[in-house]
Amino acid sequence: MTPPTTADRLRARDEADVVETVRWAVSEGRTLDVAGSGSKQALGRHIQTDATLDLSALTGVSLYEPAELVLSAKAGTRVAEIEALLVASNQMMAFEPMDYGPLLGRPRGEGTLGGLMATNLAGPRRPSAGAARDHALGLRAVSGRGEAFKAGGRVVKNVTGYDLPRGLSGSYGTLAAFTELTIKVLPRPETLETLLIYGLDDATAAKAMSAAVGSYYDVSGAAHVPFGVTGHIPALALAGSSVTALRLEGVPPSIRHRREKLEALLAGFGTLGRLEAESSAKLWQALRDVEPFAGDHARAVWRVSTAPMKASAIGAAVAEAGGACFYDWAGGLIWIEMPDADPRAELVRGVLAAVGGPQSGGHATLIRADAATRAALEVFQPLDPVTGALVKRMKDGFDPSRVLSPGRMYAGV
Amino acid sequence: MSQPEGSAAHAAGDVEYHALVMPEPKRDVLARRAAIIADLRAIVPGEGVIDTEIEMRPYESDGLTAYKQLPLAVVLPSNTTQVSKVLAYCHANGVRVVPRGAGTSLSGGALPLEDAILLGMGKFNAILDIDFDNRTVTAQPGVTNLGITNAVVHNGFYYAPDPSSQIACTIGGNVAENSGGVHCLKYGLTTNNVMGVEMVLITGEVIRLGGQYLDSGGLDLLGLIVGSEGLLGVVTEVTVRILKKPETARAVLVGFPSSEAAGECVASIIAAGIIPGGMEMMDKLAIEAAEAFVKVGYPLDVEALLIVELDGPEAEVNHLIGRVSEIASGLGCMTLRASTSEEERMAFWAGRKAAFPAVGRISPDYYCMDGTIPRKALPRVLSGMIDMSAKYGLACANVFHAGDGNLHPLILYDANKPGELERAEAFGRDILLLCVEVGGVLTGEHGVGVEKRDLMPSMFDETDLAHQQRLKCAFDADGLLNPGKMFPQLHRCAELGRMHISRGQVPFPDIPRF
Repeated sequence: MTPPTTADRLRARDEADVVETVRWAVSEGRTLDVAGSGSKQALGRHIQTDATLDLSALTGVSLYEPAELVLSAKAGTRVAEIEALLVASNQMMAFEPMDYGPLLGRPRGEGTLGGLMATNLAGPRRPSAGAARDHALGLRAVSGRGEAFKAGGRVVKNVTGYDLPRGLSGSYGTLAAFTELTIKVLPRPETLETLLIYGLDDATAAKAMSAAVGSYYDVSGAAHVPFGVTGHIPALALAGSSVTALRLEGVPPSIRHRREKLEALLAGFGTLGRLEAESSAKLWQALRDVEPFAGDHARAVWRVSTAPMKASAIGAAVAEAGGACFYDWAGGLIWIEMPDADPRAELVRGVLAAVGGPQSGGHATLIRADAATRAALEVFQPLDPVTGALVKRMKDGFDPSRVLSPGRMYAGV
Repeated sequence: MSQPEGSAAHAAGDVEYHALVMPEPKRDVLARRAAIIADLRAIVPGEGVIDTEIEMRPYESDGLTAYKQLPLAVVLPSNTTQVSKVLAYCHANGVRVVPRGAGTSLSGGALPLEDAILLGMGKFNAILDIDFDNRTVTAQPGVTNLGITNAVVHNGFYYAPDPSSQIACTIGGNVAENSGGVHCLKYGLTTNNVMGVEMVLITGEVIRLGGQYLDSGGLDLLGLIVGSEGLLGVVTEVTVRILKKPETARAVLVGFPSSEAAGECVASIIAAGIIPGGMEMMDKLAIEAAEAFVKVGYPLDVEALLIVELDGPEAEVNHLIGRVSEIASGLGCMTLRASTSEEERMAFWAGRKAAFPAVGRISPDYYCMDGTIPRKALPRVLSGMIDMSAKYGLACANVFHAGDGNLHPLILYDANKPGELERAEAFGRDILLLCVEVGGVLTGEHGVGVEKRDLMPSMFDETDLAHQQRLKCAFDADGLLNPGKMFPQLHRCAELGRMHISRGQVPFPDIPRF
């Protein structure tokens, strides 16, 4: 057979194919870009590899036991397929994985379970329910040594050995190619409602959200959309002011009780409104998938995680530079859209460091930018030298020949 | 057993017992003991270094009391700089280090080694920051688990993971062991509640992972550190998320004629979409021991007792109490009581929370196990335990975190009767192997430590274990941090790093290309 070219997608049919392909790459000194459906290939640093290791043919749910709250599936299984299966048993992935499709200019529903875990997806429920990492129970994978291994288990409580399923979440295929994953699933709430507060500035909204999520009333989503950005979300387009949204989920009597209590708690902040279940679901999906910034794919987009009460200072700096933002996770997650393709990395990382003081203020990831920018800039939050060296040693252990998506996260890793 | 060493196995009667083998002490380190202690005193002055046998005695064991060993010396640093200097010194001089929090580990995670310093973190006992607006607490690792809740409870907040040792165990130890508790089905283990750490590597280098914000934004090193049992570094600061205490909590106490029926009730509650704050099961022996101890009115004519606690907003709790009661009644429960007051709820829990000491009253010693199983395998595992009980001639009481399938069999034995400890250990080993056989795992929350170390191959093959150990190599290439724990065999990092694929030897795989 002729050796592959850069354009080749090597489509593994099973784990043995993955092992063979990686062993071949090691033997020939080739590099592989680890991919599922390819829906998130535009995330991370821009890299060029000799070929793509395509895992999209590794599909199928291998185990789903609703009463055990456990699901296993091959890495290439579509998230949408898994979600449909879960809905039929009134369950869900509680971490509410976002769909990067709209933001990256691709169709919805392309993402795979392997990609979900490799990028540690989360959604508005993150502060209370965790991210993908918090629901990772077990995995099978092939490391850059061309060896298949497993880690974790298929039960919801397990501390046997190092927590590799969590440790490999968010590794963007740079340490191992997942072949099968086991996750914890949970019952889905019966219904939902959203309480709205109109007209708050960002700093006041942070206080209102803090009061709401710090209350007894189980707020499962808290977002603030400044005026202007509201225009890009159908449910909020006619608000005429900023909107702060608080989601309540559960059984109807509980939601009613909690809404009334929250209305009393927050009455002093501003005018209150309410969205019923259907429009609530649309709103939270729009926020989860960053639909407000899905319109112009030429503009740079950042995802910043910080302490909720520090977020408005970052938002102010962004606004001054002509950018727009909105806040999820009660302020702890800021989605930023720059006015053009220039990501203004120094501004974003500078203000993040400034709000952090002596500690780190959080992390800023450049999510959307053209390939040249993503090749030249640190896309992920830069590591301090000691942690950077540690990460290189981890790569040495798992992928000493630098075969698996080298450079996707950090140069030399 | 007090000085585990020597032959790998010896036979007693018809049962084979395996003695614990710890890494061979480094002779050169033992020979340099006086000089090493003097050097450490220069870093941690005054009473920070303990070297007399009588003063080191309290540190010879942790919560797994069957194993005892005096360390080379006990070092009690009081700040990060001292930890850094001590570790850098040990790294430069090839001295092994065993970190220790409060020493409540039930798996021997803090068991000293003859040639290792025991690094006690007890002086790190300050809470550094309480931030109600961002809902975080930052504490030094020696602060107790309950100490964190106590610091925020005046504002109605708490720290969710609640291991039964929470009055004594430290948050640093919780990070090392990824501790759980009765509420973790709903609120998660330590790993789901820790947001950041400051940590010292064996080289003495200090790193910060995470902080007052969520997720890592890159590789999840924090996720690896939590539950690493003191093998990767020494944590010197921990940031955790705190939650608002639920507005209401009510519990239902349900008695069943069989463990199977109780197990079915648990499955039905979850299938109905209800995740209780806590869901605990006790078997007949545990019920009897607990009732004799605390006299809270547990029914004594049932085979299995469930405590199901619902917490949250009042309207929701009352609604769900009704649904859980309906489910239990539909499955033929013998008794059913829903708490109507806080006193009554606490009484339901009093027996469960006192189950371990209660068993301690009816037996001179007990050995607490910690496997997790898929819940549907409960009948098989329980009947297996009845057979093992007959085989080893030892009784076994069962308490069970029923919601997440985490079993705590308590094996009753008398250490003063020759051979009983060995029988108890063999019984425990058989239980854990059965847990793995039915699709479960060796440990749900107590950790591997030395206790389950040699059983790791029942869950993981050599390649699996080699990948775990390569992580260890990235953090601690010389294997100085807590050796002899977690892994049955110590491989040299050079050996683990070797690649066995040669250039040009592997043909291109015959797979589809596009």
